[in-house]
Amino acid sequence: MSAPVQQFKSQADVVSRDLRHREFIQTALNNYAVVRDKNRNAFRNYPAARQAAAETKWEAIHHLDRHLEQLATRLEARGTHVHWASTGEQARDIILDIIRRKNARSIIKSKAMTSEEIHLNEALEREGFEVVESDLGEFIVQLRKETPYHIVFPAMHLRRGEIRDLFNRELNSGSTEDPEELTMVARRVLRQKYIQADIGFTGANFAIAETGMISITENEGNARLTAALPKTMVTLLGIEKVLPRLEDLALFLPLLATSGTGQPLTCYNTLYGGPRRPAEPDGPEEYHVVLLDNRRTQILANPEQRDALHCIRCGACLNVCPIFRNVGGHTYGTTYSGPIGSVITPHLRGLQEWKHLSYSSSLCGACTETCPVKIDLAHHLLQNRRNATQQKPSWPWKIGFKLMNFVFKRPALYWFVPKLGRIGQALHPIVKGTRLDPAYAWTRSRETPRIARQTFREWWRGRG
Amino acid sequence: MSAKDDILARVREALRVPAPRPGDHGDGATAHADTPPSHKAREYLPPAAESFDEQVAQFSANATALRAGFHVCNGQDELLRRLTELRDAESWKRVASHASSLTDAACAALRLPVLKTDAGYDVHALETCDVGITGCDALVAQTGSVLVTTRSAGGRALSILPPHHVVLARKDQLVRDLPAAFELLKRNYGSDYPSMISFITGPSRTGDIERILVLGAHGPKRLTIFLV
Repeated sequence: MSAPVQQFKSQADVVSRDLRHREFIQTALNNYAVVRDKNRNAFRNYPAARQAAAETKWEAIHHLDRHLEQLATRLEARGTHVHWASTGEQARDIILDIIRRKNARSIIKSKAMTSEEIHLNEALEREGFEVVESDLGEFIVQLRKETPYHIVFPAMHLRRGEIRDLFNRELNSGSTEDPEELTMVARRVLRQKYIQADIGFTGANFAIAETGMISITENEGNARLTAALPKTMVTLLGIEKVLPRLEDLALFLPLLATSGTGQPLTCYNTLYGGPRRPAEPDGPEEYHVVLLDNRRTQILANPEQRDALHCIRCGACLNVCPIFRNVGGHTYGTTYSGPIGSVITPHLRGLQEWKHLSYSSSLCGACTETCPVKIDLAHHLLQNRRNATQQKPSWPWKIGFKLMNFVFKRPALYWFVPKLGRIGQALHPIVKGTRLDPAYAWTRSRETPRIARQTFREWWRGRG
Repeated sequence: MSAKDDILARVREALRVPAPRPGDHGDGATAHADTPPSHKAREYLPPAAESFDEQVAQFSANATALRAGFHVCNGQDELLRRLTELRDAESWKRVASHASSLTDAACAALRLPVLKTDAGYDVHALETCDVGITGCDALVAQTGSVLVTTRSAGGRALSILPPHHVVLARKDQLVRDLPAAFELLKRNYGSDYPSMISFITGPSRTGDIERILVLGAHGPKRLTIFLV
């Protein structure tokens, strides 16, 4: 077994037994489901909105080359520097180069899952730069030296007492555990960081090809400040974020809010087209946009799973997934967790090492059903299983099918096998649930179904 | 080859095999319209009010739900009276604003030191202001949003840095829904867009601690909108 699968299994075992943790996460996600449904119902026709979103993203990806060129041309026309990065390493080098050229010391960041994907913070800190996450949840997990628990709610696994202890230890904030007071502690600390920072770094939710704009959705205002105060602004985004037209946002902004947090609209939905213009009083003097491939084109090259690039990172599939809800976000050991993470991580990091995530699914289809852009996640998990086995069949799998083939071709043997099974089952209780049990992986936590009293052939003969 | 050419070459190579359209199961049963799906957005988006009065009522209900203040003023005199009341209730000491006919009148009536951002400003000075008073491009009835740009709201920081953001909107700036707001942006700016365009929907908020709503995470704790 490879390291990721061992890590997944052992951590899943621990977390799924932690009933307090499960209850805490599930209560939060159940509350989310209530407001999500309320806002879905506010749509005149939610299924039609979903279909329109799926078609719009299909169009965006179907002409991705054209849209990317259009986006870059329009951004550059307004004085934005557009960079292209084939790999995470290239993206890190581009960003480090910008920082060095500006003689910068400190970087204020707003939430960006792409920066987690390319491990940007570690790279910047290794070079001696100060990096501060400004989204409250990200700030908390950064102080804890953890990765985000959830792509939309990074600190949802923590209780107020844990955040009080953390803030008191790191920021000397005293004994308050009131969420409002704790938020104000972070506000005060981060205010100074925005003002001092040399570089403002952001992610992106959408990129508008038609007008050459980056769209950022947030509730706190931290991205707004990140884009307003520092002299240099850098945005990192995956190439799949494009939307063809400006007015597409009239659908995608409410859809993202509804699916992501269960709001009608997120507090700040902001478009950035370039650096400060001559007549404008403030804003960055330089704006850099880094377009990241990092094996997204590999997903693109697979027409069967290409729609995984339609993902708007709302986290809706995580919130409904029975696996995510029981094993938690950190167990996955990936940047993107939940069903979408299980689908794309094998493409981003290697199928054989990450195929186990496609087996950690009940195939209930809740992810496919909830996805606002209609990605067929449940089937993509099955396709990953198929591809993994085709590429590298496991020996029990090979032997199992050879044996089945052998038995099925020989009627006498085929007749004998159920008899053997009944004898086996009669003897099974001697070893059942112990390590000597050949079916231990199953029986240590589950009952084995009983073999039928009568085979089909016996029934057929005796039907009278 | 540059990274740009590399990526675009990989994209084009990948797209040589088409993927089925969503809902298309290869049986030719699904017809797709030629117009982009966003052009029919009003058929499926949350409904928007039709008449002006209904739109005001819808905006007001949305603002209440978002915990923003919303006041309809009959003329500039009422606006100035309400603003001075707000000044006294919150004991403002310093005001930040930008030049426009409505904001200029408001600042004059408040009789407080005013920081104007138009020709650049000291960020520390802006940080000490109690309120940022701005104009806007539009109010969106459907969502309770305020549409601001660097041009209509005195730059990027004025509407986000001070703890209270006061928006002054004219009655003709109320639009029904998001599609109308994007039409307005295209009409007013064409190809010469401001460098920042923002839909502000309620005061800054977070739920990052135990999913409990807290206002004023990084941006303004309070948002008050006057429709004049």
